[in-house]
Order: sequence, then C-alpha cells, then structure tokens
Amino acid sequence: MSAMDHTEEPVVLAPPGLQIGPVAWCRKNLFSSIPNTLLTLLALFLLWKLIPPLLDWLLFSAVFSGSSPDACKDAVGACWTLIGVKHRFMLFGFYTYDEQWRPLIATVILLCLICGSGYPKFWGKKLGVAWLIGLPLFGWLMWGGFWGLPLVETDKWGGLPLTVVLAAVGIVVSFPLGVLLALGRRSALPAIRTVSTAYIELIRGVPLISVLFMASVMFPLFLPEGVTINKLLRAQVGIILFTAAYQAETVRGGLQALPKGQYEAGNALGLSYWQSTLLIVLPQSLKLVIPSLVNQFISTFKDTSLVLIIGLYDFLTTTRTAVADPAWQPFYVESYAFAAIVYFGFCFSMSRYSQFLERRLGAQGRR
Amino acid sequence: MTLRATDRPSGVPWYNDEKTRGVLYQVVLLAVVLFVGWWLVSNTLRNLEQRQISTGFGFLWREAGFAIAEQRIRFEPTDSYARALIVGLLNTLEVSAIGIVLATLLGTVVGVARLSTNWLIARLATVYVEVVRNIPLLLQLFFWYAFITQSLPGVREALHPLPGVFLSNRGLAVPVPEFNEGQAWALVGGAIGIAASIFLARWARKRQDATGQPFPTIFAALGLIIVFSFIGWLIGGAHSALSIPEKSGFGFSGGAELSPEFAALLIGLTVYTAAFIAEIVRGGVLAVAYGQTEAAMALGLKSGLVMRLILLPQALRVIVPPMTSQYLNLFKNSTLAIAIGFRDFVSVDDTVMNQTGQAIECVALIMAVYLTVSLLISSFMNWYNNKVALRGSTR
Repeated sequence: MSAMDHTEEPVVLAPPGLQIGPVAWCRKNLFSSIPNTLLTLLALFLLWKLIPPLLDWLLFSAVFSGSSPDACKDAVGACWTLIGVKHRFMLFGFYTYDEQWRPLIATVILLCLICGSGYPKFWGKKLGVAWLIGLPLFGWLMWGGFWGLPLVETDKWGGLPLTVVLAAVGIVVSFPLGVLLALGRRSALPAIRTVSTAYIELIRGVPLISVLFMASVMFPLFLPEGVTINKLLRAQVGIILFTAAYQAETVRGGLQALPKGQYEAGNALGLSYWQSTLLIVLPQSLKLVIPSLVNQFISTFKDTSLVLIIGLYDFLTTTRTAVADPAWQPFYVESYAFAAIVYFGFCFSMSRYSQFLERRLGAQGRR
Repeated sequence: MTLRATDRPSGVPWYNDEKTRGVLYQVVLLAVVLFVGWWLVSNTLRNLEQRQISTGFGFLWREAGFAIAEQRIRFEPTDSYARALIVGLLNTLEVSAIGIVLATLLGTVVGVARLSTNWLIARLATVYVEVVRNIPLLLQLFFWYAFITQSLPGVREALHPLPGVFLSNRGLAVPVPEFNEGQAWALVGGAIGIAASIFLARWARKRQDATGQPFPTIFAALGLIIVFSFIGWLIGGAHSALSIPEKSGFGFSGGAELSPEFAALLIGLTVYTAAFIAEIVRGGVLAVAYGQTEAAMALGLKSGLVMRLILLPQALRVIVPPMTSQYLNLFKNSTLAIAIGFRDFVSVDDTVMNQTGQAIECVALIMAVYLTVSLLISSFMNWYNNKVALRGSTR
C-alpha cells in the first residue's frame, strides 16, 4: 500500500479564473480589444447617465396617489395619478360608465379565445365552435339591447376593446379573403389571376390612410339611398380590405415554397382542384408561413391605431384625449408611456409567440 | 390514337370538363366584378346628383384660400388647389427621401451592432429593435411631437449644442451655406469630377481585366471630385458665407429651420423604419455562410476587401428585396403626418376635400399619387436588385 502513498505535495493549480467565470466572460465579451473596450465604456457611461434618472422618474420620485393634477404640482418624477384618475376612460372611452364591466368581460373573452387559438394543442374543430360561441357573446356583451343588457351604440365604443375588436375581426375575416386572393393570383385562369393581382398590387401600393378615407367618406356614396352603415363597421371593412392584400402575399410565399411534387401528387391521385388545394396544398403551405402570418397580425394590431385619423376612439385616441385637458397636458409622457406599455405587451407577446411556433413547427418539419 | 390530358374522356358531362369550367369560372368572376362595379358607380352617381356635387377635376384650378406653413415652392392662399397639392407632394417627397437615407444609415449601424461580439452593444441594439418595432408608429410620432413642442425650451432659452445650431420648441435651426453665383462653379467642378471618375473607373476595370493590376478607384474618384469642386469654388471667387440662425424676437432669422412637425415626423419615421432595416441587415449578413469569409481570407484578401468583394455583394442579394418594401413602407407611413399637422400630400388633400366636398376625386388623387411613386420606387429597386442579383438567375 505504501507505493500508493503520495509522497510529494500535490500540485495546486490556480483556479481557472481567466478561462471561465465572470471575469473571463467580461474579458471575452466586453473587453476583447481596444475598440471593444471603448465601446463598452461608452455604452456603460450612457447607461449610467440614463438609467438612474429614468428609474428615479418612473418610481422613486413619482407620485402615485391623489385624484387631481394638483397632486403632481411639485413632483419631480412621473405623475401616475393620471393613470389612476383616467384609466377607466383610457381603457373604455365613452362607453356608459356604469356598464363598463361589459367591455371588460367581453375583451377578456376575446383575448382568451385569441390566446387559445395560439396553442397548437387546441387546433381543431372545437376551436371553431368556441369562436362561433365567443364572437356572438362578445357582440351581445358590447351591444346589449336584449336579455337584460341595455343597448350601447357603437359610437360609444372606445378604448382597448375597440382596438382589440378591430384587430381580431380584421385578422379573422381578412384571412380567408387573403387565402382566396393568393390562390387567385396563382390560378391558371387568366381572368382570375388578373383580377387578384390587380387588387393585391393596388392595395399594397396605397397607404392605409387612403383606404380608411375611402371607407369613411366614399362608402356612404357607394351605397344605395337610405342604406347607411356605421362608422365602426366602415373602418372595419377598410382594415379587412387592406389586410387581406398583405396576407395574400404572405400566403403566396407559402404556396410558392411548397415543392411542385406535392401539387403533382395531388393531380396524380385524381383529386379535383379544390380537393388537392384544401387537403394537400393549403395545410402544408400555411404551416410554412405561420410565423410570417403572426408578424402580419402584429402589423394589423399596430395599424388599427390609424382609425384615430377618421375619428374613432380607439385605445391610442383615448389615451391622447385623456391628456387633452390643459390641467393634465404636462403629463403627456405618462399617458403615452401607458399606451406604449400596453401596445408593447400585446405586440411583444405575439412576436415571442411567433418565435415559439417557428421552433415548434421547425422541429416537426425535421425528419 | 393519342390521348391528350386535356381531352375529355367519354361519358363525362360537359359541365365537368376542366376547360369549360375554367371559362365558366372566369365569366362568372368577371360578371360579378362588373356588376359590383356598375352597382357602385350607379349608386354613387345617383347620390352625387342628389347632393348636387359635381364630378371631375375642374375644382383643382379654383383658388385655394388657405395657407400652408411649410413650402418648398412659393404658395399663396390665392393660388390654386393644384398648386397646394404640389406643395404637399414636395413636402412628402422631401421627408421620405431624407427619412430613407437616415433610416438606412441608422438601421445598418444597429443591424451590425446586433451582430457585435460586444455583449453590451448587441444587447442594447436588441432592446432598441424590440421596443421600437412593437409600438405603433403613430404613438411614437405623437411622443416625438409632444416632446419637441412641450418639453424643449422656448426660443429664448433654446438649446445650443453646437455653434449655430438651435433646438427649441419651435424646431431645429441650422446654418446653411448662402448660395452665391460663384458656387455654381463648384457644382460644375463637381460634375466634371464625377464624369472624370466614371472614365477612371472604366479604365481601371479594363486594366485590371487585362493585367490583373488593381487600382484604388474609390479613393482616386473621391479625390478627383473633391479637387475639381475645390477648383470650381476657387474660380467662382471662393465665397464661403454661411447663413447662421440668430435669435430674433419670437423666432430665428437666417439659417434653415425645421418645423417641430417636420422634425417629429422625420425622427419618428427614421427611428421606426431603422428598427426594421436593422433586422434585414442582420439577416442578410447572417445569410452569407461563414465559409465565404474563410475562403476569402485563405485567398489572402484583406478584411476590407473581404467585406467589399465577398460579403457585401452576397448579403445585398438577400437584403435588397425586403429593403425595398421597407422604403415603400416609410414612404406610405409618411402619410401619418396628418396626425401631427405636418402638411404632407394627404394632409393638404384632406383640407381640399373638406373645402370642396370632392371626396371621390380627392381620395382617388391620394391613391394615384402614392401608387405612382410606389411603382417608381419599386421599379428603381428592382433595377438595382437585378444589378446585384446572381448572373443568370431569374430573380
């Protein structure tokens, strides 16, 4: 046994602090060269100049209590009192004050439906049924007029529910239209191809504002005498017509990316055009473009803010109107920050979701 | 007997024949489109008649009767609506052109920063992109406009970051060179310089093709242009007067002023579009396989040449098509000017529409103008794309 005894002192190595660990990480990622070091120092300096005052403004010196602009007279920081006082108006606009629980529940239902639709496990017929129940329920809660709920006209709708409904209905309705347009653009029949292409290129060439203008000032002229449709519906139609053209181009990308063999296989099986389109082509090509479709949804959600220009009280308009009052005017940053946080929450979660789907569908596609 | 795929097998009724059906579908579609068109037009005509609105573009030559705050060509309220619309169009084109240049520069910097090996810089760039992309442009425009008009000091206490540059709630005032007839010579000199460098580039390429000798064309061309402009400037009498803004009363005199509306729109469009361009640039650079860099280095090219001859041409192929749509987006997004009161084409057109009631004509004008410019931008970018595309590839 003595042969195994260690007679010499073990060699003690210095800890590998310079190869791994925080110090090494900093050396590698922040100070790898002289220009890099300078850049890091510059960035740190800017952050040091920016972050503490920002935090101070946001939290430490901010005013959270009170019920009037006077509470913030001497405040150095943000005046969150504004949100406390005005949040009901910002969220629901001019909706009858005592009935505002209705848009709240309606919006929650709609958001649940949207979130549920995003979960691949739920994709199926039941989801369609859920939408068929959910949308009328949403309409009933918002409009009312029967079963014990007083009627609230659409010109009183406003705030977040309006934004969500414009985006959700816009996306849901424009999607089938977009698919049809995309199929039309790739059709072998010249008349159908020309009409689809002309529509898509025309809409994509003009700004959304012009389509909304058309919806607000020209639609009334288009309709026969005596028929009027309200402003909200007109704006909604404008958004649908606009979004459909963009979705068509996204879907077309998927149709083009599908290998030709799939189309040929469908024909070889003797399937009709619609059979092979619905059973073979669309399921595969839509799956290819789901991430881009979600990005398209994000654009549509942000684009709904443009209805402000034709005088609808969407969420952006209500947050803006909340600081139109001269007493509150100095606190525009708080109001816009609130709106920005809400929009960011929606859009950022959608974009994260699109990345999640991309990974998941990508993993499925690899064999 | 040969059987063609298009032949209808016997026993299949005519209405199941693929060709007949194709014709039928198209006839139905055209009939529906024509009917809807006819229905809309006839409704519109009846409505217009009832409201006694005349149609046609004759109203464009009537007197406008309103003033436009920002004008690149002279405009008086006594001028015609048509001239007012041209003033608006010039404003749109100006803000879009400057915005496209600035957004490309900022976007490229941010896109490269996201790929930086410096962790902090890459993170900061990511935060910028994520925050800016996920907030509606309109909200950002409102923020910038409110920031300029409400948070910046008044003219008297205007910020003075650089000599001659003033930043106040009335916008930005910057010095501009005073134009003098002598400076036209500098322009002539510059033009000669450009022409000379084109010839130089041709000669350098021919020589390189023949002998393999490279020639520092870019530096030589820059030198030529600068030297010729300088000679022109000397011939013209070497005028160097700058018009520097100075505080006077409630505003500035001299220099060039950017109104708060213009500045807010320009900042908003640039910051917003740059975030999208950054992603495109990042994607383009990532799309070039690393082996390309290694191969270029193995051939002994210097890092600048690797970028210019190997990476950039390949990345551009990926970058140019999506970049085109970002430019078009920026151009179309400039219509949001109406929300903050910048007098772009849509905003002027809106005023005209309210004054004359010619809704159809005015909306048609917006669509026609934006469609035309969009087509011009995209055909230019397609031409450029064909130049950078792979030789022999169809797209």
